Amino acid sequence: MARRSTSTGRRVLSRALAAVAGGYAAANAVAVGLAQILPMSRGDAVMTGILLTYLVYAAAVVWVFAARSARRAWLGILLTTAAFGSLALLGRTGVS
Amino acid sequence: MNGGLRQSMAWLHTWTGLPVGWVLFFVFLTGTLGYFDSEIDRWMRPETPLALPAPSQIDGLAMGLARLERVAPRASRWTVFPPSGHDVPNVTISWSGPGGASGRASEALDPRTGTPFEARATGGGQTLYQLHYTLYYLPRPAARWLIGVCSMLMLVAIVSGVITHKKFFTDFFTFRPGQGQRSWLDIHNVLSVTALPFHLVLTYSGLVFFVFTYMSPVLDTAYGRDQRDRFFDEAFRSPQIPQPSRVAAPPAPLDSMYETAERHWGEAPLRVVSVYNPGDRNARVVFTRNHVDAVSNGGRMVFDGATGALLERYDRRSGPMAVNDALLALHEGLFAGPVLRWLYFLSGLLGTAMIGTGLVLWTAKRKARTAAAGPLTPAIRVVERLNVGTIVGLPIGIAAYFWANRLLPVGMADRAAWEVHVLFLVWLAMLAWPWLRPARRAWTDQLGLAAVAYCALPVLNAATTDQHLAASIPAGAWEVAGFDLVALAAGLGFAAAAVYLYRRAPEPAGVREPAADARDDASALGAPGVPYPEDAAG
Repeated sequence: MARRSTSTGRRVLSRALAAVAGGYAAANAVAVGLAQILPMSRGDAVMTGILLTYLVYAAAVVWVFAARSARRAWLGILLTTAAFGSLALLGRTGVS
Repeated sequence: MNGGLRQSMAWLHTWTGLPVGWVLFFVFLTGTLGYFDSEIDRWMRPETPLALPAPSQIDGLAMGLARLERVAPRASRWTVFPPSGHDVPNVTISWSGPGGASGRASEALDPRTGTPFEARATGGGQTLYQLHYTLYYLPRPAARWLIGVCSMLMLVAIVSGVITHKKFFTDFFTFRPGQGQRSWLDIHNVLSVTALPFHLVLTYSGLVFFVFTYMSPVLDTAYGRDQRDRFFDEAFRSPQIPQPSRVAAPPAPLDSMYETAERHWGEAPLRVVSVYNPGDRNARVVFTRNHVDAVSNGGRMVFDGATGALLERYDRRSGPMAVNDALLALHEGLFAGPVLRWLYFLSGLLGTAMIGTGLVLWTAKRKARTAAAGPLTPAIRVVERLNVGTIVGLPIGIAAYFWANRLLPVGMADRAAWEVHVLFLVWLAMLAWPWLRPARRAWTDQLGLAAVAYCALPVLNAATTDQHLAASIPAGAWEVAGFDLVALAAGLGFAAAAVYLYRRAPEPAGVREPAADARDDASALGAPGVPYPEDAAG
């Protein structure tokens, strides 16, 4: 019962940060990325993306706490954010 | 399913739900009362006679416009809500803009006279249900963000709760009464599963209300920070309203516009009528469609106010907009008829009870765990006290809101605000109470007090008005009688709970060790001293 150690505490804190801040970033990135690639008017595409943000956010939080290690949790979040974020960037620089 | 996943989800469920459980309880309970906001309004304005004429929409519209002509002839915008069903039984008007009153004003009109109702100042059902997102004392942005964070945690708690709870269907028929923690778990499961779609949709749609605030980076990135308005124009197709021409023109008759609306949208077609630049050559009349079902929101017609010509019309927005509209409509339930409204109300109570039992379960589990080990930890004591003061204390505070409506002097300054102050002061007292009494006593004390507070409401009503049950039932005024009857039912419910708790043995002593089957209830994890399962999983 007394196995709670500072390192566990740190890892839980790391996951909590990944969940709260990372999840928020991922949710926004997915929405913006989707808004770029969905084949509909910009207003509709942004609306679709933004309506899905909570779904992505909740899924991200679940992922973070389900992942085998804090490192994997962060990796998943960062990759998702980066992938969708770059979609958004491509769109903004006019490549799309 | 893999045990590690269920363990970590149980942990997540506990630690997302507990910290905000009391706020969520408040949000769910006050929000649920909102499904009967009109009935509560009606009860809190006993000056309104039991039987009122019900004007048709077109008559109500004419009445509203006549009143606006008198009180706000130079406003830049008039708004009339004609009678449109449950939540707008009478005509309501408001106005805003330069020549109108400073800022914005509104009136509810007495259908007999076309002038404002003479009634005591009260927050009514509106203020009560708005508490669930305004929180009353907080500045608007602070309240929004606080509610948003709590709702997001609620969403995560629901999802992780579902993953934790693997035996969805067998457990549904499981009830092990009189076993402390295990009984609470069974009740919590049944309440959660029964109305799971409701809990999910209400939580998600609640978040959608302020999605442009919470998720503003999406708009800022897709449109640029200074061009957010373009999104709203594109997405919501706000009607284009010209500047006033400063040339007066007599208004076109409403009858033909109304006929157009009736032809396309059916009977009682209107929710709101807005007149921009009234009396001007550039006047615009905008009709917004009534709530007839969850997906008919947002239909709109724009007429030229001077010629009566239909300039623009659309019945439904595009796919994603329609989803947005439908989510908001499902949340508000304005389209619901009486049966569906009751279902909404009961589902809301189930949600409230789900949160309440979850909070109790947290303490029950830990008490069982520490019973052998000696005195309760401070954390358990704090949570239990907050539980008493909120789960029973908040309903008492709400009862006090109704008592204040009858007992505060009618001429009192800031009377409506004081009704709300009474609610929160009484709730505060209820939160303080368990610090002065042993927890179990506090439960029975407050349950008893709640029983009295609610059972006596019909009596108080009879003592202070002539709209008691013996008058309202024969008159068929069920919206008034219903309030008294529901209050009575609530009171009897609290009384039954008080008696049950009072009769039971002092404390469920000697609860068994968490044996194999308790470990199976994966949510038994997350107890104090049980680390996040990462360690266990290695």
